[in-house]
Amino acid sequence: MKKAEQPFQFKTVSYLTRIANEVATNLTQLKQGLEACSDTSIFNHTFQTLSTYHFLTRGFSNDFAQWALASCNRPELAEHLASLDIRDYLSLAELRADLRRLVAEYCEQNPQQAEQSAFEPFYFYEAIGVEVPLQLEASTLREFRDGLKKLSHAAFHFHFIASRLRLQLRTNDFSYWLESCLDLGALARRVNRIDIYTNTLESALERIISLVERELDS
Amino acid sequence: MSETMPIPLLIRLDDYTPVLGEPEVAELRTLASRLQMRTVQMVNSTAMGGGVAEMLNRLIPILQELGLAIRWEVITGGNDFYEITKAFHNALHGGPYTMPPESFDTFLAYNEQNLLRLQMEAEFIVIHDPQPVALIRTRRDHSAHWIWRCHIDLSHPNPTVWGFLEPWVNRYDGAIFSSAEFARHLPIPQYLFYPSIDPLSEKNRDLEPELVRSTLERFGIDPQRTILTQISRFDRLKDPLGVVRAFQIVKRYFDCQLVLAGGGASDDPEGEAVLAEVREAVGNDPDVHILNLPPWSATEINALQRGSTVIIQKSLREGFGLTVTEGLWKSKPVVASAVGGIPLQIIHKHTGLLAHSIEGTAYQIRFLLSNPAIAERLGQQGRAYVREHFLITSSARRYLTLFLHVLNRR
Repeated sequence: MKKAEQPFQFKTVSYLTRIANEVATNLTQLKQGLEACSDTSIFNHTFQTLSTYHFLTRGFSNDFAQWALASCNRPELAEHLASLDIRDYLSLAELRADLRRLVAEYCEQNPQQAEQSAFEPFYFYEAIGVEVPLQLEASTLREFRDGLKKLSHAAFHFHFIASRLRLQLRTNDFSYWLESCLDLGALARRVNRIDIYTNTLESALERIISLVERELDS
Repeated sequence: MSETMPIPLLIRLDDYTPVLGEPEVAELRTLASRLQMRTVQMVNSTAMGGGVAEMLNRLIPILQELGLAIRWEVITGGNDFYEITKAFHNALHGGPYTMPPESFDTFLAYNEQNLLRLQMEAEFIVIHDPQPVALIRTRRDHSAHWIWRCHIDLSHPNPTVWGFLEPWVNRYDGAIFSSAEFARHLPIPQYLFYPSIDPLSEKNRDLEPELVRSTLERFGIDPQRTILTQISRFDRLKDPLGVVRAFQIVKRYFDCQLVLAGGGASDDPEGEAVLAEVREAVGNDPDVHILNLPPWSATEINALQRGSTVIIQKSLREGFGLTVTEGLWKSKPVVASAVGGIPLQIIHKHTGLLAHSIEGTAYQIRFLLSNPAIAERLGQQGRAYVREHFLITSSARRYLTLFLHVLNRR
């Protein structure tokens, strides 16, 4: 069994939610909020949402889409916002630009609806992450599998979902390490293909463990 | 003057493992490992009674077991102090303030007296609610981090009282609110900490089905038939009459019983009046069970919630709505008004159903009774949501994260 020169260091992150200054009571204000809010707000309402609502595997993508649907009753805009896949983004600036563009286009085409008051305001929050290394590292695929079994939701989200922004690559920490340190490119690609929108964090983690075990058995 | 509370250690962190899973409990220990023997002081105004004391009774032993050197202090004062703070409380919820202007001096004098007894020396000082807010007067430098934890809704405060309190709040390093809706625009960082329930408490722990059944029967409720339940004080803001109307609509379509259970009617003249109105609205319907429960009825409430088919919370105004949290934790489908903190817990069609009227409440209940599979899915998702965000262990994690964030910035 190959031993990686650089072990995989498992970490976790815990998020503090800070109440930001921006509040939207209609879609025009949402557009303005998307322009003015911090990157940590964009992160909170998109990447972090996948952790907050991970057990909902149907009909929930990000906070902006949910608000457009539930509080503004704008299913068309909600569908557009929900269709943004965070795996396509390597920076929050790009994601913010697309969110803003979709809301701006809708407001331009539907000026009356853009000004209608929502049932509930949208409060922008910021996610402040505190990273902590776990006393857990892996140099072999077996150790890696054992480490995966000990991960919390937060640790898994950190390595599998939030990692894209850190790596600036269309991959995740696990796949990156499997390919670059253990030369397991095919396994890395299979892991990276797991759909994070239709899986809970638990089921996505279980699928990765199952893929790793299959590799160990082969 | 003030007293340091003995810290109960009945429930251990490991007891939460079956609820949360090993990785989540282990992670709490990992987060706390960098905070070993860091000193923390929590200060509030009561040791027993009320949601804050209940929460601290659970939170503080957890943080202590995690290795933090934590102390819980309770300030004290005379009747005049508590009359003033009760008036503050009502005024901060938007009511009038009729106390004389010198009441503010009395308030400050009691805070000052408490400072003579309290040693405010911890690295992290968390002051709960307005009563001890002026303790920050003792602060000499920025070596300690002072946090004001506000458990009440400040969205529409009386300007006189808020005008007095705000300069004190602004001297803190940060403030914590239960909902963004309850917060104010302040020049200090504001954090969101949801209230929480303890899954191991009498009110929330798992119960044997036999105990649930026997409790229902003791109250004359038929466990075999559909049960709709609202647990709330007999208070107009909880709209018990609206619940009765919604039940009467549902009953046209389904054989069902209604349980209205709560306290507050024996020591509150308004509660008694509301209870009388409810009894009048119910008439002689044998399927409506009105239970005026004493404060020590946690197990009974637990059993009533667990035995219910649908939980209702048809409030006209609400704080966070912990009875909703309790219902969700018990995997029950919940129909609740979209007010206060309820939409934070009920994501419509995902973790429960929201309603905006009596008719809407009745419709959503009918929908759930017609679609038990959907009701079951909502219940399961509701429980998952509570497990992730509204348990006492989540509160512990938020405090650990806040303390780590502060240390990282130093």
